Amino acid sequence: MNLLEVRGLTTAFMTGRGEVNAIEEVSFSLKEGEILGIVGESGSGKSVTALTVMGLLPQPPARVAAGEVVFNGQNLTRMSDRDMQRIRGPGISMIFQEPMTSLNPVFSIGDQIMETIAAHERLSQADLRKRAIDMLDKVGIPSASKRLDDYPHQMSGGQRQRVMIAMALACNPKLLIADEPTTALDVTIQAQILDLLMDLRDEFGMAIMIITHNMGVIAETADRVLVMYAGRVIEEAPVAQVFDRPLHPYTRGLLECVPSLTEDKPRLVAIPGTLPEPARRPPGCRFAPRCSHALPACSEAIPGLELLEPAHTVACFRAQELAPA
Amino acid sequence: MTTPLVTASGLSKHFEVGGGGFFGLRKAATLKAVDEVSFTINAGETLGLVGESGCGKSTLGRLLLRLIEPTSGTIAFDGNDITRIGRMEMRGYRRSMQIIFQDPYGALNPRMSVEDIIAEPLVIHGAKPGAETRKQVTQMLEKVGLPARALDRFPHEFSGGQRQRIGIARALVLHPRLIVCDEAVSALDVSVQAQIVNLLQDLQREMGLTYLFIAHDLSVVRHISDRVAVMYLGKVVEVADKKTIYAAPLHPYTQALIAAVPAQHPAQRSRGRRQRIAGDIPSALNPPSGCRFHTRCPHVMPVCRERAPELREAAAGHQVACHLTDI
Repeated sequence: MNLLEVRGLTTAFMTGRGEVNAIEEVSFSLKEGEILGIVGESGSGKSVTALTVMGLLPQPPARVAAGEVVFNGQNLTRMSDRDMQRIRGPGISMIFQEPMTSLNPVFSIGDQIMETIAAHERLSQADLRKRAIDMLDKVGIPSASKRLDDYPHQMSGGQRQRVMIAMALACNPKLLIADEPTTALDVTIQAQILDLLMDLRDEFGMAIMIITHNMGVIAETADRVLVMYAGRVIEEAPVAQVFDRPLHPYTRGLLECVPSLTEDKPRLVAIPGTLPEPARRPPGCRFAPRCSHALPACSEAIPGLELLEPAHTVACFRAQELAPA
Repeated sequence: MTTPLVTASGLSKHFEVGGGGFFGLRKAATLKAVDEVSFTINAGETLGLVGESGCGKSTLGRLLLRLIEPTSGTIAFDGNDITRIGRMEMRGYRRSMQIIFQDPYGALNPRMSVEDIIAEPLVIHGAKPGAETRKQVTQMLEKVGLPARALDRFPHEFSGGQRQRIGIARALVLHPRLIVCDEAVSALDVSVQAQIVNLLQDLQREMGLTYLFIAHDLSVVRHISDRVAVMYLGKVVEVADKKTIYAAPLHPYTQALIAAVPAQHPAQRSRGRRQRIAGDIPSALNPPSGCRFHTRCPHVMPVCRERAPELREAAAGHQVACHLTDI
């Protein structure tokens, strides 16, 4: 059985220009212990997907217009706020890009970790403290028992992200959602945090959904990859397939436009144009106006996801014909 | 192309921070953002400047343009010492040296039309607003890939990539010789980033520009640069041509920095295979003694804690500041 099953999820927002779909017909699943990478640029809907799964979007203005999220056999989309509270923490936990704004500056990090545990388990103050120290140890904070009484501003960016991870893991979640967990961090610290996430998966067997705009982070961590563009999933495949045989022109473009660390390229292959705003998305295939392979038909209907190769789905009318031999 | 356009010698910028307090009793601390840095930028080349947050790379870029004043050291532009010249004389040089900023949202005045934004440098340097100025602005817009109808629009009507094009047009309208690109493509989505990188390279060829390209993305820096300088806590620790520095870095920090870049293919995953440097970047307010990297260096020796290594030529065109290569 899949741990998480997202089916045809459409999340809409009320805006000045009427209701706009941030994501449309998003479907995917996640098994225990699996790392799913969701990659996309700004406005692709990757964060809205995560926040909808977590039930963290304020309703209104947000609204789940269609589809469902099934976690561990329970339908989260129809769950009351109270029941959802019980899922968050021991079921699904989330970490965010900016560890400074996600932590409360007026409480010590120990208080914040203990608060999370106390919300779900009845433990004595001493046991709470012990668990918190344990968690800080696990995420690699040196001399954890001393740092417990520190405040967020006394820590570096990398340490704050470790504290966030400790909080997220305090209730042993089955699924961890990491939304751009290393985007605000320097590259040497990013490497440490990615290593840590992989170690924790190996140790606790939890599933991780890692959301990023960085193909390198995907290459380093993911087992399976979902590529999103302008609110829709356009390709899904095991990680090696995505890098070796990308079938969607956008995925191919995304891989080609990144400069290499070892080879000289005379010129980067850029994707022309810009990402459409949610309220001004083109009709038909969302990528058609920027796609060098687009035909008139591409602007008329939205291509659905089709299974083209084993475990490899793609939403492009010309994928079959353009696929490399 | 080996005549230096810019020569920095022993350049330092120290900031006094803290201090004041009750009756001014609290002692101020000195933050050495840039500490005795020397390097050259050759005419027509792109020098990449990399390093992690707080290493002083942006401060160094601003020092070269004298947007902030150095504490000590000298800057020579085209052979002339510009460190201590007066405001009016400096204004003459400003025509030749411009900067492009990271944030295309914050760097443009939202109340000014695109025409006024790009014409502003011309007007400051004596042009009269009118047909001639408008023509120059239109030409510049075309060069950066924006249509003439953009002239009467305002920054909020453009996407991030287009705004960065406006920023580039403003920097280039005076036909400068040196451009400091301070994280100029870092805030852009990758598909748009490639467009702007290509544009910067096209403009360099067309207008004979010299770039100081400051960035933290090592693969973008490799792509665009001829030579690369690496900074750590206010010091330049290594300089070499790009192929050498990426293929055979000598400084342990450069090695660690390159090893930390995420793989470009899942088959090259780095976890467990590449050496990681532990710990965080120390505070610039209280940098380690001796070599500033010694607290995180896997090859640390006793001498590293006592004496700061100097930047020395290890091979032709390859400079490094490390006691390991001094032996």
